[in-house]
Amino acid sequence: MTRYEIRIAGFGGQGIVTMAVILGETAALYDGKFVVQTQSYGPEARGGASKGEVVMDDEEEIDYPKVQEPDVFIAMSRAAYLSYKDGLKENGVLIVDEDLVEIEGDLPRGVRVYKIPATRIADKEVGTKQATNVVMLGAFSVITKAVSIEGLKDRIVQRWPRFAETNLKALELGMKAGERALTQAS
Amino acid sequence: MPERVMFTMGDVACAEGALSAGCRYFGGYPITPATEIAEWMAIRMPQVGGAYVQYEDEIASITSVIGASWAGTKAMTATSGPGVSLMMEAIGLAVMTETPLVLVNIMRGGPSTGQPTRGQQGDVMQAKWGSHGDYQIIALTPASVQEMFDQTVRAFNLAEQYRVPVFVLADETVGHMREKLVIPDEKDLEIVDRKRPTVPPEEYLPFKPDEDLVPPMATFGSGYQFYATGLTHDWRGYPSDKDDVQMELITRLNEKILRNVDKIVEMERFQLDDADVAIIAYGTPSRSAKRAIREARRQGLKAGLLRLKTIWPFPERAIMDLASEVRHIVVAEQNMGQLYHMVRASAGTTPVHMMRKPVGTPQLPQEILQKIREVVTQ
Repeated sequence: MTRYEIRIAGFGGQGIVTMAVILGETAALYDGKFVVQTQSYGPEARGGASKGEVVMDDEEEIDYPKVQEPDVFIAMSRAAYLSYKDGLKENGVLIVDEDLVEIEGDLPRGVRVYKIPATRIADKEVGTKQATNVVMLGAFSVITKAVSIEGLKDRIVQRWPRFAETNLKALELGMKAGERALTQAS
Repeated sequence: MPERVMFTMGDVACAEGALSAGCRYFGGYPITPATEIAEWMAIRMPQVGGAYVQYEDEIASITSVIGASWAGTKAMTATSGPGVSLMMEAIGLAVMTETPLVLVNIMRGGPSTGQPTRGQQGDVMQAKWGSHGDYQIIALTPASVQEMFDQTVRAFNLAEQYRVPVFVLADETVGHMREKLVIPDEKDLEIVDRKRPTVPPEEYLPFKPDEDLVPPMATFGSGYQFYATGLTHDWRGYPSDKDDVQMELITRLNEKILRNVDKIVEMERFQLDDADVAIIAYGTPSRSAKRAIREARRQGLKAGLLRLKTIWPFPERAIMDLASEVRHIVVAEQNMGQLYHMVRASAGTTPVHMMRKPVGTPQLPQEILQKIREVVTQ
């Protein structure tokens, strides 16, 4: 895969930057790709706009570290969706938390939309909203196949050894939701 | 410790570089976007038998670092623009007392409190000229997480070798981006330690230079008399208001660096050999430039990059040589054009174009590509 860009955006507190970090770790340390992960956020601890980005490449060292035209955009808030939807690459992938983001306005040509109720799954099925980002990671990995599942599991267990069971459950549920979304889209 | 591999932030890589270089004292006051350096040091210093102290402000932080260095320890602090402004008086003291130390500035938007979470390169001239008087410092400009490690190691080596404060000047993007970091086995790293006196204590003159213009440095409390003052001082370290003492000291403080510019400055030449247009950049904008140049080459435009890894002392000779090789020079900085003026002063009659961008987003690759197109047709 040549240069592949992922943008994740939502509110501070949703685990947006953490998602980007885990994706970056998996791609760099487990999958052996060239990776740069960046983020931007406001001065607030929670509730402000938050964005995490990952650029990966199989062949070439990454020069420009930020996302230019994402192959994938994960939108976790309406504000984020409206800010960044137009920047998505043509024929790119848009993944939204369907309880937080409604598809409104025009999208770039050929964009495939996948709706994942990540917050609801985390709250009702995993038992904690804090697992929302891991649910979304599961869905993302199934939809895009951009990172290895084993790698994700490895990083998640290493990062949160005390919450490994909860997070692995969240990941599995997210993957199932991703599979459902793939079937619905095709 | 054997080789370690991490996927981590530039700030963390910087802290690990300091530890690998032998730094065992960190005095600081947390500030975005350099906070992660302090956080990492607070965790790691106790593990390696060093000391981490958080002070009431940046003035106390830097003066404690000076004291730690006098006591024989490799010492550092890390901050951002507002903190560097507060540290300026003490940086002059470190220069005057020839105190090896490393000061990391993860540059954010200024002036004043500016944009704490957004990057910029606005402190380039501050690093060189921020304290009063005629002096030289060294400033390194890393552009990746690995370089944050490598250049911090180098910063300590240069500080120890030349007895001078060394800046690691990184923009926020480099400080906060995550990439793969390989921390080499300690035995594979070149580590420089300051010269110690070889004469007995009664013969020691603390500011009597060797041939390389650098005096050996005794450790406080080791039995050697070492009087340190910000006043102009003679070889004994005693204050003097004489012209010849001032002349000798100031000349030496400058010359010990300027004589060694070729050894100190490092740069990367990228696709310059047949270039018509040379981009000069450092830090994050240099990575935008690389992408722009790759695209320019695909379109048949002969562009190249001179990426500065050291900006102070300024590599005048390299710029002069470059100016004779290319038709145009473009200086892309994440500020209003600071090093641009240094480049113009060294470039002779070769046109030098300014690409200023004093905001959190660096020059985009397509913006640099557009500039290349523009100047090529001139």
